[in-house]
Amino acid sequence: MDDIQKRILKEVAELDALPVGAFNIRANGESAARNTTANIDIVTKEDKPGIDIIIKDGTKNESCHIPVIISKTGLKECVYNDFFIGDNCDVTIVAGCGISNCGSHDSAHDGIHSFHVGKNSKVKYIERHYGEGTGTGKRFMNPTTEVELGEGSTMDMDTSQIAGINDTYRITKADISKDAMLIIHDKILTNEDQTAKAELICNLDGENSRADIVSRGVAKGDSVQDVIIDISGNNKCYGHAECDSIIMDRGVIVATPKLKASCVDASLVHEAAIGKIAGEQITKLMTLGLTEQEAEAKIIEGFLR
Amino acid sequence: MLELQNICFRADDKDILTDVNLKIDDKFVAITGPNGSGKSTLLKVIMGINEPTSGRVIFDGEDITDLPVNERAKRGLSFAFQQPVKFKGLRVRDLLTIASGSKMDLDRDCSFLKAVGLCPRDYIDREINDTLSGGEMKRIEIAMAAAKGGKMSLFDEPEAGIDLWSFNSLIDVFENLREKTDGNILIISHQERILEIADKIVYLKDGKVARYDTAEVIMDEFGMRRGRGCKCAHGMEGESCNG
Repeated sequence: MDDIQKRILKEVAELDALPVGAFNIRANGESAARNTTANIDIVTKEDKPGIDIIIKDGTKNESCHIPVIISKTGLKECVYNDFFIGDNCDVTIVAGCGISNCGSHDSAHDGIHSFHVGKNSKVKYIERHYGEGTGTGKRFMNPTTEVELGEGSTMDMDTSQIAGINDTYRITKADISKDAMLIIHDKILTNEDQTAKAELICNLDGENSRADIVSRGVAKGDSVQDVIIDISGNNKCYGHAECDSIIMDRGVIVATPKLKASCVDASLVHEAAIGKIAGEQITKLMTLGLTEQEAEAKIIEGFLR
Repeated sequence: MLELQNICFRADDKDILTDVNLKIDDKFVAITGPNGSGKSTLLKVIMGINEPTSGRVIFDGEDITDLPVNERAKRGLSFAFQQPVKFKGLRVRDLLTIASGSKMDLDRDCSFLKAVGLCPRDYIDREINDTLSGGEMKRIEIAMAAAKGGKMSLFDEPEAGIDLWSFNSLIDVFENLREKTDGNILIISHQERILEIADKIVYLKDGKVARYDTAEVIMDEFGMRRGRGCKCAHGMEGESCNG
């Protein structure tokens, strides 16, 4: 990998070197490095671009990194990654995509992830999207994540779009079984004339299923964000949706928490708040010695943590 | 150390402060007075949070009237809010690190929490949000002011809104702070035990300095000691003075 690719790898996966455990690094449309373990297998798909990640029953304390790097201007790809996670697992999956585009052609990555999680498993999923580059070519990302969460399982998703993506349409759909729980913390920062649309859809199908979905967005410049959290309670369940946003400059944010209950024992709650940074927060940090600009940056850093 | 020259502050067609003149050189000075007398406004004028309608603020020989809040902070002023500000996502350790003005030092930051009676392990990674109680927020606010340190720390009624148990240990915190800190303390308080440990007391009424003298003289003059049968620190039983 060249220096640009290494830097992007650091941004999306916090990796300075090849990770421990299973990994597949995709760079400019090709597999750049791969490692499998006794419990985690990675197989290239034959019918379309992408990989199958197969995690055996009972796999504990293992991780799998599958970052994607695009540094070639004009590269557009659609990649399918399917995760088959067995029963009684406890694993961490780190995905993410970084695009560096210094050319004049648009680059795009559409990642379609599907998770099939067995019973009583714990999955931590971290996904970061990042873009950079001085060229006129734009950077697009349209990730779709589909989750089937088995009985008694928990999936904790920490997804973020840090910076530099011109346009994104992010879809996350999840079906939650009995006693299973989905946690999503989704964070988006947009600037200049960037646009971002996110749909987080969750069906609480099983008895005692739970979902806690929190979306935090910051829209700067002339950027526009549209976030929908849509929870359906189809059984005795608990669901919480929170859209929390900060607007700056001429930014626009549309936040739509949507709840549907089709069972009298479904308990669903939503909250939504949009506003500028509270003046008292800036003042407080200024009393500690930060300038107004430094205070704003610190508040946003914390908000999107 | 701090000199206020003819400070006036007017808002919503009301005079909140009128021609306030003060020279503060003592180590521990308390500001007291009835509700609405302009105490918090005065402290905010000193910190630069409120801009005076007229008058000058001189700190350490320098006219700081036109300096922004952060520049005053750099010159050695720190400020603890009466109602501590909450954040989303920022943790206690983040603010302690900013306050101390250098890289994170876990031992040092934990010592500030210990000094206000909080177990560092339980609080250092807590977010400064609605999950903290009023008493916890107050202590963290004081820890931040101590971490910031400097030549003069301003405290806006630290006892307001906290329970009795927290209050008793809060007094210990200030007695400790008075002993250990190198800087001066200017504190708004209604509480006898805080007023007692002050070198001097400013008694503010209707936006004016009604009296400014040693704690002993002022407390006797206004009957601020409970020992005399008063139920409030100002001896104004029945009046609303938060005493």
